[in-house]
Amino acid sequence: MSGSRISARFDRLKSENRPGLVTFITAGDPDRGTSQSILDALPEAGADLIELGMPFSDPMADGPAIQAASLRALKNGANMKQTLEMVASFRNNDGQTPVILMGYYNPIYAYGPEKFMADAKSAGVDGLIVVDLPPEETELQKPVKAAGLDFIYLTAPTTGDDRLPHVVEHAGGFIYYVSITGITGTKSASAGAVETAVERIRRHTSLPIAVGFGIKTPAQAAEIGRFADAVVVGSALVSQIEENLNGDGPAAGACRDAVLGLVRDLAGGLKS
Amino acid sequence: MTKPNTYQRGPDSDGHFGLYGGRYVAETLMPLILDVERAYDEARNDPAFRAELNSYLTSYVGRPTPLYFAERLTEQLGGARIYFKREDLNHTGAHKINNCMGQILLAKRMGKRRIIAETGAGQHGVATATVCALFGLECVVYMGEIDIERQAPNVCRMKMLGAEVRPVTSGSGTLKDAMNDALRDWVATVEDTYYLIGTVAGPHPYPTMVRDYQSVIGDETKAQINEIEGRNPDTLLACIGGGSNAIGMFHPFLDDEEVRIIAVEASGEGIETGKHAASLTAGEPGVLHGNRTYLLQDDDGQITEAHSISAGLDYPGIGPEHAWLHDLGRVEYVSIRDDEAVDAFQLCTEAEGIIPALESAHAVAHAAKIAPGLAPDHLMVINMSGRGDKDLESVGAYLKARES
Repeated sequence: MSGSRISARFDRLKSENRPGLVTFITAGDPDRGTSQSILDALPEAGADLIELGMPFSDPMADGPAIQAASLRALKNGANMKQTLEMVASFRNNDGQTPVILMGYYNPIYAYGPEKFMADAKSAGVDGLIVVDLPPEETELQKPVKAAGLDFIYLTAPTTGDDRLPHVVEHAGGFIYYVSITGITGTKSASAGAVETAVERIRRHTSLPIAVGFGIKTPAQAAEIGRFADAVVVGSALVSQIEENLNGDGPAAGACRDAVLGLVRDLAGGLKS
Repeated sequence: MTKPNTYQRGPDSDGHFGLYGGRYVAETLMPLILDVERAYDEARNDPAFRAELNSYLTSYVGRPTPLYFAERLTEQLGGARIYFKREDLNHTGAHKINNCMGQILLAKRMGKRRIIAETGAGQHGVATATVCALFGLECVVYMGEIDIERQAPNVCRMKMLGAEVRPVTSGSGTLKDAMNDALRDWVATVEDTYYLIGTVAGPHPYPTMVRDYQSVIGDETKAQINEIEGRNPDTLLACIGGGSNAIGMFHPFLDDEEVRIIAVEASGEGIETGKHAASLTAGEPGVLHGNRTYLLQDDDGQITEAHSISAGLDYPGIGPEHAWLHDLGRVEYVSIRDDEAVDAFQLCTEAEGIIPALESAHAVAHAAKIAPGLAPDHLMVINMSGRGDKDLESVGAYLKARES
């Protein structure tokens, strides 16, 4: 039943009549121990769903904050195997919170797609976002489905009505609406424009819609949460790690407290 | 792998050359990529577009470029009869402008006002800045900070031509990182911006489009050698980073099976040192910058840094059509070290009075290896892809370090 953690979570959010908070951190940033301690504490701090970034050397769709997070993690020995181990360890104490891996295709391709999906499933992963794999490139669709994972697709302001049916056709879990034309952690869209876009996407799918890119503050999250099923915050959390590293290396406690503090504020904003 | 009926047809309708190529880009870019593909298909079937392009290639770029018999080099090597295809004589000094001229006319046709590009050696950046000046379009060139340092004359030229050169500090600060940042720019400026990719890489349709615009090199070579010698060459040689000058030279000859075709990668300080840029010789298939191809990467799929004395070959990937031709065995991919390329740079300069780009010097270096063992009636054509003025400082520094 673990494959339906995502739909179970959205059902619960619906029954509680509130939007969900999706938090993004990069696996292994700044180091495995700190990253694991943050990951394990996210649900208690108010994360309803967790996106875990798979570090990649060339994150083309990411802004400076997540680029730096990837490089910090890789420098400290992060790799795909470690990312899956972190999820497995998280699952020892949490059987409910959905975990979605997000990243780029090459590390999955190098791991071997079938093996990766099977290992991800057994580690307790629920869904997958592969930024550079549009629906035209179909090769992961079968392995993802065969493993019982949800393939979460991105839609963007540039995704027109003619294209949306094609994008949502193979989508599972939820639809991730990228609210700006741009990279992560840079500009923010106006709430009005995002609301119009979310309504447009709803005409093509019954899946829940999460909105991300450019959402940094509890106020912004609350505003988007009025009409989206969930809001995604990533760069703002990852920046907390960067800001709390001291010159000599990671300051595990400060990083963790800063990230979790912002998660609490964001969750509070969404509940009010 | 079964041999296809023709090597010239690919890719399929989704841009795949066998396993390679494709469109591995973020959703935000996907509708744009499809727009570029539609616009390119219309343009290439429009006689007026082709006539306009040909007119600029003749009167502005200076085509056709000569096919030159390198008599002293032939004598000194004492074997094959060596010709140079003189792409170094193009306006801006390299083959890069062939592609830029085609793509800038396409961008104009699409109504774009702002052009972005990535550059390694700066040759593509200069060519892009040049065509932007010609048509009065805004131009932003992404260039790794290491490359900015080693290719200072080209940086100066780009700025003089009105382009903004944005230094790229992420990653290794070279060509692959410049391409990452250009893609990041494009995602944020989709409305008015056209990404003018300089090599046969990136998502479909770029590898095909750039190849088509560069194939003028091989088309002319074929006509010229047949006029001079009455037959096709026996061997073609070109250097290869992303692979645009090579595919441009090779493509018209791919189905002429009597022609031996050799591409020369940069093996930097030597394959065994790990400091090289030989993606086909030492890489594995993977996905980067919108296509699947051979990449320099570690076991975890992280892209590793390329190294070459030549900034234009310093890229951890290669065009997907080359990956396909490699697997089919139609083209041979060999490699040349930094020291061999510098020796060939000097050899060519002294024997012929032609200063080759360090990139092109890799092809000359391989010719110097194999020509002596070939018969005097063996016809060899080297693509002299660019001129070496931009490299004088790098070569000078290299020689000084070698002497000390």
